[in-house]
Amino acid sequence: MTANQHTSQTLTDTVNWHLAARVEDFPENGGACVYVEGKQIAVFNFSARNEWYACQNMCPHKQQMILSRGMIGSQAEEPKVACPFHKKTFSLLTGKSLNGDTCDIDTYPIRVEEGVVYIGLS
Amino acid sequence: MINVLVIGNGMVGYKFCEKLVSKAPGAFKITVFGEEPSPAYDRVHLSEYFAHKSVEPLLMAPRQWYEENAIELITSEMVVGINREAKSITTHKGRTFNYDKLVLATGSTPFVPPIEGSNKSGVFVYRTVEDLDAMETYSKNAKTSAVLGGGLLGLEAAKAAMDMGLEAHVIEFAPRLMPRQLDEAGSNMLQSTLESMGLHIHLSKSTASIDGDEAMTSVTFTDGTPLEAEMLIISCGIRPRDELANESGLEKGERGGIKINESALTSDSDIYAIGEVASYKGMTYGLVAPGYDMATVAVEHLTGADTKGFAGADMSTKLKLIGVDVASFGDALDEGNQYKSIVFEDKNAGIYKRVNISKDGKKLMGGILVGDASNYNMLFQMMLNGMALPPHPEDLVIDTSRQGSSAGNTVDMLPEGAQICSCENVTKGALVQAIEGDGVEQFAALKTCTKAGTGCGACSPMVNDILTATLKKMGKKVRKVLCEHFDYTRQELFDLVKLNNIHSFDQLINDYGKGHGCETCKPAVASILASAWNGLILKQDTIQDTNDRFLANIQKGGTYSVIPRIPGGEITPEKLIIIGEVAKKYDLYAKITGGQRIDLLGARIDQLPDIWEELVDAGFESGHAYGKALRTVKSCVGSSWCRYGLHDSVSFAIRIEERYKGLRAPHKIKSAVSGCRRECAEALSKDFGIIATEKGWNLYVGGNGGANPQHAVLLAGDIDEETCIAYIDRFLMFYIKTAEPLNRTATWMNKLAGGLDYLKQVVVEDSLGMGKQLEAEMQLLVEAYACEWKEVVNNPALRARFKHFVNSPEADPSLKFDKQRAQKVPAGW
Repeated sequence: MTANQHTSQTLTDTVNWHLAARVEDFPENGGACVYVEGKQIAVFNFSARNEWYACQNMCPHKQQMILSRGMIGSQAEEPKVACPFHKKTFSLLTGKSLNGDTCDIDTYPIRVEEGVVYIGLS
Repeated sequence: MINVLVIGNGMVGYKFCEKLVSKAPGAFKITVFGEEPSPAYDRVHLSEYFAHKSVEPLLMAPRQWYEENAIELITSEMVVGINREAKSITTHKGRTFNYDKLVLATGSTPFVPPIEGSNKSGVFVYRTVEDLDAMETYSKNAKTSAVLGGGLLGLEAAKAAMDMGLEAHVIEFAPRLMPRQLDEAGSNMLQSTLESMGLHIHLSKSTASIDGDEAMTSVTFTDGTPLEAEMLIISCGIRPRDELANESGLEKGERGGIKINESALTSDSDIYAIGEVASYKGMTYGLVAPGYDMATVAVEHLTGADTKGFAGADMSTKLKLIGVDVASFGDALDEGNQYKSIVFEDKNAGIYKRVNISKDGKKLMGGILVGDASNYNMLFQMMLNGMALPPHPEDLVIDTSRQGSSAGNTVDMLPEGAQICSCENVTKGALVQAIEGDGVEQFAALKTCTKAGTGCGACSPMVNDILTATLKKMGKKVRKVLCEHFDYTRQELFDLVKLNNIHSFDQLINDYGKGHGCETCKPAVASILASAWNGLILKQDTIQDTNDRFLANIQKGGTYSVIPRIPGGEITPEKLIIIGEVAKKYDLYAKITGGQRIDLLGARIDQLPDIWEELVDAGFESGHAYGKALRTVKSCVGSSWCRYGLHDSVSFAIRIEERYKGLRAPHKIKSAVSGCRRECAEALSKDFGIIATEKGWNLYVGGNGGANPQHAVLLAGDIDEETCIAYIDRFLMFYIKTAEPLNRTATWMNKLAGGLDYLKQVVVEDSLGMGKQLEAEMQLLVEAYACEWKEVVNNPALRARFKHFVNSPEADPSLKFDKQRAQKVPAGW
């Protein structure tokens, strides 16, 4: 499986890779939450695109730890996640709020090697 | 500061105070005298006193309101004299108060006709909360009651008597009920509805005597016939309480009451009279609205503001009598025979409507509505403003909203100022402006730029309808395709799924869509697949909305609620105890739902399978409270217990709930079965509702609570259980196959070309010849049913999905709870 690195961080930051979970722990075309270094991180296995994404689990609209249970999809070519509470949508590439009425979210670099998913934290 | 004394703390006296403090805060020193112990309360809804058992909900304003507005409120003290020269009043306690301006709002007393025996115990008048208390105390030892007077207030009193558990008789001197408001046909309709609810009505009867020793036991009519009654409630109209005028020499009206001019001033320029005590051009008014108008005029005169003055009042009225809408407006009776009438009568539904139009056919002059007064406001405005009649004036009395000649008909009728999104306060006008003015054509873009539908989202379907209707008006071609990923309508996709035997989202988007789906099309397709095949939805869990994905309703904080199915709302004590024990064990907040079942809230995602394991072991099944699916079939206790019940509504409700449980649809579906037309199960507010009749069942469809309430309409009457179920099969399947996503049955029917008539043709007359097919399709779904929670509980792989972290057994550390009334609630967001 190819490793994708999507990040909104600058390249000068040092990235430390942390083991998150195994590939089979994540549903196809869906997400789950991992606990890494005291952070709740939503991880998405976008298998229809053969891509993986990671972002903060908290939806900034009502500060709920929930985005991992959100539905993923695409808007034009942009991959996105919709919060289950009020369907606020965010770009999985950039973390940008696609409705334009909430804050943006943090995204994290992610890579998959030999069936194991790693998250990069700076 | 000008010293204003108000005598009388009824609704009109209160309204005067309210208007005066808002018009001229701080400019007047106001003192109010009320002889009742309580502050002013809403007499119009007096019969509701029994429902509440407390005067508090009826208060116009709490005592605190008077304090906050620096109004001195003196209750339980009666004013007995006015000294106009000294400009003072005296109370029965001998206290004297001076005034600069005096306002008489003393109201009226009930008229007690001179009937022999009216001093016996058991005889009451219906006027005050104290009267009601006395009646209720007395009623504990009585079984039968009679009300003297079949007018508005008399019928209200009869309801109060029925609420006290008494057999109630209404005695009216005139040959019809509400003789001042209704014509004979309207009265007949009202009478038969009220009689079906258990009220006994005696017309053209004059009472000669009230019989019995100390306490009454019966009354005798002038024709010699007796009527047994242990209580008699007199409601024969009112007499103005104008006794203060007598000794102080204020001028009176010809038929009683204190004479006032158009500024509500009496013959003394420092004294106003308002409400039922006032007589304007010889007329006194027993309704609250004219009293309010006089209060307004008096305040305007007192503060020197511009005023239109009081010019008499329209006696139009609309009210709900024992659950029956009754309205009468303008010249309702046309006793002078000057107009032409259009009459609509539906004895089956208990509806009578009459409008009187001018001889030239151009203006509405008045009318009567019994059984359905939903368009009273529109008709009343039309009459008041002398608006032109529609081209077919019969539309005024025939319900045209269901004929749906054009799609989006309903939203077209909304005024520009109608608030569509109440969260963000977006009006229809603002939406139309965004579409027409700013060229917005996409639903998502419309939401972003107007914010409509971004709060709770309940208005989204209506926002979408407005978009479609507006684009249509602009001459743009509109096809309600699902979203950017599917260039098909829901109905087209449903057919594609069935014809091509498609069972997965991936296959459908590969063959007929583009892109990777989204939060709009994924749940819509999930619903279509479930409605088409009724397979286990968790086989494709990531296309389900979160509630369906975790088979529970997500709540603030990210916990879920658990609602086991309780068919028909019937539950054994043993099962109740199990629910209680589960709630205790998992520390869940418990609440009774509106659908006659029990909601357990605050379950963590990892607790859901354990909780359901215990419930499934005890014989419970999923309640599908989380799904766009059949929710509950409510029922009243029915003929097994209820003395009024015609059939066993509970058994029928359970049968229906068992049949359609788990049925997924474009939106949630609710139902109810009532055992008689008292309608305790509220079936008319449901997607399909069933009410027992003498001969069978009436089936109503398309009812809705929620943001846009509307009553269900009769699809078929007096049918047996099997026919009823066949019609429900056809109705639901037809809805499931043709509705847009997230349209309830009511919305779907409102938009259905041909409306109710067309629906009747398809379902009852089988005009499309697809009745048997629809029934067979439903049977397939019924047979495919399996409890989703049972499958999860018994499947370790499915159970493993119910956890917060995939790399840790810990629960979400951010969950926080508060306590409220001894139960946990999520910390606020």
